[in-house]
Amino acid sequence: MLHTFVALVQDKPGVLTRVASLFRRLSINIVSLTVGESEQPDTSRMTIVCEAPETAAHRIRASLYKLEITNDVDEVGRSEAVIRELCLIKVAAGPTAPSGLQSRSQIFELANVFRARVVDLAPESIMLEMTGGTSKIEGLIQVLRESGYTILEVSRTGRMAMRRGKHTSRVLQALGQANGIPSGKPAPKPKQTPRPSATEVIPSEFPNLPDED
Amino acid sequence: MSKPNNTQSNPTLTGAEIVWATLAGEGVSTVFGYPGGAILPVYDALRKFPIHHVLVRHEQGAAHMADGYARASGRVGVAVATSGPGATNLVTGIATAMLDSIPIVCITGQVSSKLLGSDAFQEIDITGITLPITKHNFLVSRVEDIAPTIRKAFQIAVAGRPGPVLVDITKDAQQASAPFDFAAAAPAPHRPHPMLRAETNSIEQAIELITAAKRPLILAGHGVLISEAESQLLAFAERRQIPVASTLLGLGCFPTGHPLALGMMGMHGEAWVNNAIQQSDLLLAFGMRFDDRVTGTLATYAPHAKKIHIEIDPSEIDKNVRADVALIGDLRTVLESLLPLLPSQSDTSWIGEVNRMKGDASVRDIINLPDNGHLYAAHVIHDIWREAKESGRLADTIIVTDVGQHQMWEAQYFRHDTPRTLITSGGLGTMGFALPAAIGAKFACPEKDVWVIAGDGGFQMTAAELSTIQQEHISVNIAVINNGFLGMVRQWQEIFYDKNYSCTPILSPDFVALAAAHGIAGAHVQKRSDVIPTVTRARTSGHPFLINFQVEKEDGVYPMIAPGSALHEMVRRPAADPLIETSEAE
Repeated sequence: MLHTFVALVQDKPGVLTRVASLFRRLSINIVSLTVGESEQPDTSRMTIVCEAPETAAHRIRASLYKLEITNDVDEVGRSEAVIRELCLIKVAAGPTAPSGLQSRSQIFELANVFRARVVDLAPESIMLEMTGGTSKIEGLIQVLRESGYTILEVSRTGRMAMRRGKHTSRVLQALGQANGIPSGKPAPKPKQTPRPSATEVIPSEFPNLPDED
Repeated sequence: MSKPNNTQSNPTLTGAEIVWATLAGEGVSTVFGYPGGAILPVYDALRKFPIHHVLVRHEQGAAHMADGYARASGRVGVAVATSGPGATNLVTGIATAMLDSIPIVCITGQVSSKLLGSDAFQEIDITGITLPITKHNFLVSRVEDIAPTIRKAFQIAVAGRPGPVLVDITKDAQQASAPFDFAAAAPAPHRPHPMLRAETNSIEQAIELITAAKRPLILAGHGVLISEAESQLLAFAERRQIPVASTLLGLGCFPTGHPLALGMMGMHGEAWVNNAIQQSDLLLAFGMRFDDRVTGTLATYAPHAKKIHIEIDPSEIDKNVRADVALIGDLRTVLESLLPLLPSQSDTSWIGEVNRMKGDASVRDIINLPDNGHLYAAHVIHDIWREAKESGRLADTIIVTDVGQHQMWEAQYFRHDTPRTLITSGGLGTMGFALPAAIGAKFACPEKDVWVIAGDGGFQMTAAELSTIQQEHISVNIAVINNGFLGMVRQWQEIFYDKNYSCTPILSPDFVALAAAHGIAGAHVQKRSDVIPTVTRARTSGHPFLINFQVEKEDGVYPMIAPGSALHEMVRRPAADPLIETSEAE
């Protein structure tokens, strides 16, 4: 089963190694890992997609938290988040391609259908850029192959994910709403359950948005 | 450029001086180490500080000494080594501490920061090498980072589940200067792990399960000792008459003479303890991690029991055994919140049933075998215990074992009633651990009687540290259980490999002569009647003493659970087997 984790980690040398080393120790295959700056200074945002049994999710989260460089770990499911990756595909489209120079216009049409953009036009090749869910990207690649085009290069970033609507309490705090209580409304009766952790999800008033795919 | 700040409160010190000043500020009085080129500035600065440095003979010894020091005292142990081979020699000791959750800080020298990555002389990527075996590690190449990093290392070493931390300091950072302010170098409060509270509704669920259970059992592990929850454990067990079994590292957390005490469980635990676990309907796991030595094959482990797991490290929950209720937090704190809600009950029928499971175990017990002229390791260890008990020194005796058959016999026949009196490498099972760890323990607790109990194989691995004993004039008693074999491996070869003793007969030097070469007194013992007198002589001599116990060559630790077997499928010592065939000396 594929799990998608979003981890906020310290922006320091060696952090990527620590996270990768952790997955290696747990013998869990990383399908993709993408990391970049986040909205917080000194913090990087990592999205890790890994292949592991259903029951391993808790252990992976707990192990990631054990690392001193981890600030926060969230696991996102497909329906709860917007999941995107970026893909660059270089397709052979010169006079020597299957349908010769006609293939160019065919490739342009395919690109339109998948809402991919043409970012490079060279005598022998066309480069397409596409942003979308994993299945859409894989769909485009598959259609290109099955239509007989030669794919010269594919570069994929791996998935990025961000929760829709349902905010984590961390985001709510950034919105100025402590403890999940929207400002201006009366505070609810204090409950026995303690304050939720940074990654617990608070239900919001937004309905479930349908998956873009 | 502004003048360096050299006020009395913020003196400007070299990086090397800052290392010692920070260690002194953290309350360190003793370090164990070995100098070298890349750590030379640090060693040069030592004379200005009131910290005692113990020169070892191998850096593995330094790591084990820091480990033994931490286990005996509850404080952070410190080891110091140079770059390259000095650092890599620490690796086994660091891994030993990692697997047993022991707080140590290792400080290593590193080549100058300009040379990093160039394969310079004695340069090694020790932070890369120790990534999986440290809680965290640091590479410090700026002098102003030294104090905050060392302080952070100490914080991490003891936070939550303790463990080893390594700080690698480049030579140029040691040689540069910076203002030193111990208080300002304090780390930010350690961020609490978000999964770290004992949930209120989990506590209620736990109480429900406990009150409903008819055959509950407490599994007490190392966490009881780390958390100092011995009295809470006792109150808990007595409140509901729940029998208490212990892991190897938990020994000493519960008085062995108590009616509810079961002793050690697992691969070499007593048969009735493991049977009780298999028949239990509720297991209360207190600070233990369901290690494979304790559970046998997981598919058939405690099939009728629900499990309540109290553990400070969330990643251990559901790792091996699925917990019905998990209480994540410090054991002592969690027990204190459970105790007020725990109704008492005085029905002792379950513990009575467990006691009946003992059956004929005592007949098979090697302790009760008639004296046939052979010296058994179990007798030696039992006699060391008896001697300490009868002389009133038991509570002040620390036993440090190596790894192997003798280690298991020690767990079975030396009764530990006091916390921190058994120091043994459980998780990694490191041979050679005993001698250096005992030296560390003696520095931590100089007023206690410290005994090394080691096999002839393990003792040879780190025997060079006898010189450390000699140089430091400390008094450690050494009992070598000498059977001419790598005993535990030989036992497995006997049972599983058709007695093919491949590379297990081992030739040792005359250990008494070896000790004498180090100026250490010693004696040979081959007869049962000589055991206690020689032990008394060693203990009361006020000097280090080595006893070579020449024991039965082919003896087995029983009971034993074969790998892949269930916890109740134990191999028992044959009942009618007073004489064991020995391979006669050639």
